[in-house]
Amino acid sequence: MTDMPISTAPARSLYAQDARTKKRNRAESRFRTYGMAAVATGIIALIVLLTSILGNGLSAFRQTYVSFPVELTAERLDPDGNRNPEEMAAVTTFGYLPILAESFAAHLEAEGIETEMGIREIAAMLSEEAPAQVRAMVLANPELVGTTIDAQILVGGRIDGYFKGRVTLDSAERDRNVTPEQLMLAQELADRGMMETRFNWEFITWPDASGSRPEAAGLGVAIIGSLYMMIVVLVLALPVGVAASIYLEEFAPKNRLTDLIEVNISNLAAVPSIVFGILGLAVFINFMNFNQSSPLVGGLVLTLMTLPTIIIATRASLRAVPPSIRQAALGLGASKMQSIFHHVLPLAMPGILTGTIIGLAQALGETAPLLLIGMVAFVREYPDFLSTHSNTFPLMGDGATALPVQVYSWTQRSDPAFVERASGAIIVLLVFLLMMNLIAIVLRRRFERRW
Amino acid sequence: MSFAKLSVSVLAVAAVSATAAAAQSRDNVQIAGSSTVLPYATIVAEAFGENFDFPTPVVESGGSSTGLRRFCEGVGENTIDIANASRSIRDSEIETCAANGVTDIIEVRFGYDGIVFASDINGPSFAFTPSDWYLALAANLPVDGEMVANPNTNWNQVNGDLPDQEIAAFIPGTRHGTREVFDENVILQGCEDTGSMAAMMEMGMDEDAAEEACMEIRADGVSVDIDGDYTETLARIDADANGIGVFGLAFYENNTDRLQVATMSGVEPTVDAIASGEYPVSRPLFFYIKAAHLDVIPGLQEYAEFFVSDDIAGPFGPLAAYGLVADPELAETQAVVADRTLMGQ
Repeated sequence: MTDMPISTAPARSLYAQDARTKKRNRAESRFRTYGMAAVATGIIALIVLLTSILGNGLSAFRQTYVSFPVELTAERLDPDGNRNPEEMAAVTTFGYLPILAESFAAHLEAEGIETEMGIREIAAMLSEEAPAQVRAMVLANPELVGTTIDAQILVGGRIDGYFKGRVTLDSAERDRNVTPEQLMLAQELADRGMMETRFNWEFITWPDASGSRPEAAGLGVAIIGSLYMMIVVLVLALPVGVAASIYLEEFAPKNRLTDLIEVNISNLAAVPSIVFGILGLAVFINFMNFNQSSPLVGGLVLTLMTLPTIIIATRASLRAVPPSIRQAALGLGASKMQSIFHHVLPLAMPGILTGTIIGLAQALGETAPLLLIGMVAFVREYPDFLSTHSNTFPLMGDGATALPVQVYSWTQRSDPAFVERASGAIIVLLVFLLMMNLIAIVLRRRFERRW
Repeated sequence: MSFAKLSVSVLAVAAVSATAAAAQSRDNVQIAGSSTVLPYATIVAEAFGENFDFPTPVVESGGSSTGLRRFCEGVGENTIDIANASRSIRDSEIETCAANGVTDIIEVRFGYDGIVFASDINGPSFAFTPSDWYLALAANLPVDGEMVANPNTNWNQVNGDLPDQEIAAFIPGTRHGTREVFDENVILQGCEDTGSMAAMMEMGMDEDAAEEACMEIRADGVSVDIDGDYTETLARIDADANGIGVFGLAFYENNTDRLQVATMSGVEPTVDAIASGEYPVSRPLFFYIKAAHLDVIPGLQEYAEFFVSDDIAGPFGPLAAYGLVADPELAETQAVVADRTLMGQ
């Protein structure tokens, strides 16, 4: 036994990694690479998406206008000369078109700009919206008749596209809707400062326009429609959702029935949204007789869709409040309801609001259910909050569209100028979503408590 | 104010005003239907809203069949007033309508739509006949008394005069009214012209079976059904330079800088050639008015009259400028609307 060596050198050095350690380390670094690749894929997809949307859509926020004096001839606009708006309304937009065309041609001549084009071709450079604009202006203020006004007139989509690089002299050669001569004239006008491309508030405020005047199409109706629907969702889904979650979480006995309800709520959150549209058509329109295409019905449908999201978020945040808070409140003699409303609910509020806002953001981007209740439509009248057209319910019953719906319908239009409009609408929608998510983050940061 | 109080007061206000406004009725015209008719209907709706004291009608898309189905749901303010259609109403739809109380229907034909075949502007140009399309797209062709799978892969195999280019066709899906016209005026016509139909009937098929065999489109990827809109067809042609797509004339007219159009049986699709019937692939466009709504919904009669007026639907109106082929018999249509002539009378 005494011959036994006192210590033996370790079979392997601790400084050199053995095969197993190397294998584990390799696995870890492989996993990190996978992770980074996954994140990189996501970032690349986001960059591609944003570049394409911003590249296509930013130009929608700029629009080209031409300024020239418009002579509002009294003989044509008010033949009887008594400035009676009713009689003046008899002159349609078709009557205003030649007035604009002649004023434009006369102005070109006065400025010494020579062109070989006839008056028809010159007039074709202006937007079809222009006569309607001038007519509305005159009817609103009959005193304008007989005077000459300095007007800023929208130009047609192709001319506008020229200043945005979408239309070129080459493509105009092949394009039946614009000629290179028109583009050259537009360039000359721009050089003289009479035609300018400026920021386009109208894209946000004006209603949709038909396929023949993409330059006048705006998001006004869609934004109002989306806003009304969000109001309905907030007013209905938040109280109902919170009440349901409080009852289920704090009061309801734990038995088969509540388990069943719980499973169903989680299930509902995953139901395809178009199903809610079918339900909405059957219940709200056919049975309850609410108006088709109305933001009220849209909001009700989206409420049904958002409720499960809100209930799940609310229950999670109620559960996150430590039981000690409840027990302390009860121990000091508070009733169960007092303990909930005075202590638990305020502490759970940031989580509830975050869940609600995320649910709202989800509802804001939803198109499919709106298809079935007639909100995927061409709507030009701004919807009133207290609607005059509704026969069953006086709030928000006028026809409207919504932001994602507007994107959908613009991508189907044949004029290439609508590609720009659709991307512009996506940008607006993204900005709204970003704002809502920011609010959710701020609320969480500010009020969240940790134990 | 707490949430509970807020929501209760909102509901109370709503309830009070609901009773006050209960007797109001819908005062705008509600329209749904064909996506082909949609651009025309929106142009008219827009001009109508600008020039009349009535609100601008609400126009929904969704397809001819969807529009007519909703049209036939019944009479009342919750149903639409007008259905746009790129085909005429079917007997089965009239029966559904009648079963739901929609018995009085006014059919308004307001113009024609040309269906054109267009390819990438930088590719070779094409001159088609219906036979070429039949031979290119049929699933099976009769050869020596037997049906064999279509072997053609390039256009010059179909017709020696066509360029040596791979066949890649983007045709409207069966959801579209356009497909019906394509099947009947191009494929079936080609089947008859090539003598294939006669050959099939010699093989012992009856006429219906032969027609069905004629219109069966190959499913080996050479022909792609587009269920979306023409914008999707255009995107597919942008991606595949060999692609040839089926478009509406108005869509092509808006995109002449990217597409070149093929002739059909030697005729170029122009408004004049379509109006005269010289260009073979065209179809009438319709809208259907629910007569029971005429004196109930304000502006309905005015909208219909405005739509078919010479200023709008005539050869120099905004619809023609957009690509509609004006109806040479527009005066008769105007009389139908003015007299409220019902269908079948």
